[in-house]
Amino acid sequence: MSELTLTVMRLGFLAVLWLFVIVAVQVIRSDLFGTRVTQRAARRGDTGSRPPQQRQQAQPAPRQQPQNNRQRRGSPTKLVVAEGSLAGTTVALQGQTITLGRAHDSTIVLDDDYASSRHARIYPDRDGQWIVEDLGSTNGTYLDRNRLTTPTPVPLGAPIRIGKTVIELRK
Amino acid sequence: MSASNTTTITSIGAPNRRNTELALLVFAVAIPVFAYANTGLAKNGSVPAGLLGYGLGLGLLAGIAHLLVRKFAPYSDPLMLPIATLLNGLGLVLIWRLDQEPVLGAAMAPKQLMWSTLGVALFVCVLVFLKDHRILQRYTYISMFVALVLLVLPVFFPAVYGARIWVTLPGIGSLQPAEFAKIIITVFFAGYLMVKRDALALASRRFMGLYLPRGRDLGPILAIWAMSLLILVFETDLGTSLLFFGLFVIMLYVATERTSWIVFGLLLSAAGAVAVGSSEPHVKVRVQDWLHPLALHNGGVTETAQSMYAFGSGGLFGSGLGQGYSRLIGGIAPKSDYILATVGEELGLAGLMAILLLYALLVERGMRTALAARDPFGKLLAVGLSGAFALQVFVVAGGVTGLIPLTGMTMPFLAQGGSSVIANWALVAILLRISDTARRPAPSPAPSPDAEATQVVRSQ
Repeated sequence: MSELTLTVMRLGFLAVLWLFVIVAVQVIRSDLFGTRVTQRAARRGDTGSRPPQQRQQAQPAPRQQPQNNRQRRGSPTKLVVAEGSLAGTTVALQGQTITLGRAHDSTIVLDDDYASSRHARIYPDRDGQWIVEDLGSTNGTYLDRNRLTTPTPVPLGAPIRIGKTVIELRK
Repeated sequence: MSASNTTTITSIGAPNRRNTELALLVFAVAIPVFAYANTGLAKNGSVPAGLLGYGLGLGLLAGIAHLLVRKFAPYSDPLMLPIATLLNGLGLVLIWRLDQEPVLGAAMAPKQLMWSTLGVALFVCVLVFLKDHRILQRYTYISMFVALVLLVLPVFFPAVYGARIWVTLPGIGSLQPAEFAKIIITVFFAGYLMVKRDALALASRRFMGLYLPRGRDLGPILAIWAMSLLILVFETDLGTSLLFFGLFVIMLYVATERTSWIVFGLLLSAAGAVAVGSSEPHVKVRVQDWLHPLALHNGGVTETAQSMYAFGSGGLFGSGLGQGYSRLIGGIAPKSDYILATVGEELGLAGLMAILLLYALLVERGMRTALAARDPFGKLLAVGLSGAFALQVFVVAGGVTGLIPLTGMTMPFLAQGGSSVIANWALVAILLRISDTARRPAPSPAPSPDAEATQVVRSQ
């Protein structure tokens, strides 16, 4: 066997070994961001690989999502926490109701002294328009500068203020 | 606001990653086949005749394991099985490569392949029959008893290479019960600490920034320490006693979050090591070899020095598989204790680091499993098993590279040794079982009849 072939094989083997390590690390990396993976899976609509709970949760989405796309091209796709201790958190909007509050089962658990345990919820109405509703909180929910009294449609980018937390819907 | 149409941001329902695992497994089978071909070309100038058989065999083992994981542990970690397969496959190639040196005695690779098959069989058995790792919790004290019996057993058998760690079964061969005891005693530690951890963590006096435990809580750690010293004295098995004591200290720390246990553990192990190291002749020789590797023994340098020469001649990228001179490390050890020296010489620093990283990744996945597990027993068991694995890798790699005195332990999956391969496959299977339970998405809660009613109640 020629010297050159062996050298190429030697270095090639090391490269392959390291490639395996790098791929393994990539798998770990994708594993760290569990939610992003589920969202992507949900958007593609492959229910096969999704666990039962997710499947059930996503069921309202297919019914409403097509309507969303037909009626409102500028409908928001995600909810972003702009200020407060949770700043930077995003939640994908897939037609599900998003609850906000200090209760542990809220979608966004607010760690905020001014928030009630079930403070507000954000949900799509029949037309796919996102509505914010105050759930009888003590300190109130504000859309821009106005305290909410009735369920109110949320325009894109309008700040929803709960205590120190500011939430926006974005595309 | 009913529970069925909200999602949370936590990582519930991480998708099952079985296809990722399959892709990695294909990769993990291809690499050793490549290594096998490379070794054959370098050594004999031709592709080895057994290449196809070896590739198919390894692929078949991995495939069966994968299918059963798909069936019995569908949400388990996607990395552990491929990494274990890769390490085992590489170990087989390295042993076959050392078999090509007539100086080193009879061929070991076929036997090792048989042991690996048995290991995978045990892996499958654990996955099939252990439906839930919490079942092990019932056998806390039985497992302590079994582990002690397994540890004491080798005392009644003759010493091999200066250490009484083997049980010789006529007609079958010899077994190293300590490898199995490692897993069983972890079960005991996990069960025991789960019950006792509050007493161990809270009932203590504060003294100079350390939490001093009460005497009766100190009892178990002293008992384990004494036991590990006794193993050391009667079986002259440095590695196993280090592994057991280290394992207990790790689990104690994880269970109680008290740094003082680590301080106590280090002090006790240092005291024990010094005491035994200066009295026991077999251990004394090892310590002398470690301190003075270049001292002359029967006209040659010590094995420690020879393995360091191997690492040195390997350099950064190694001499290439099949082109090293690790046969010069005498005795039977090149295939077992010193197999890392062969890796270091023929794959170089780059290859050695890749192998060590693979071990680190396996341990990391174990720790990750412990973090994700919901029950305290599962957490402690996962930490203990991956900690034992990490300690074993550290003790062997540290011994071969001259960081600590060499102890007679095997590199998990890589080194020749039947008990080690079988036990470590079982260890990986238990970790997979725990990770399957931990990563399994929670069953969707039953819709509560009150949920709708509470929604419309208003206080204002």
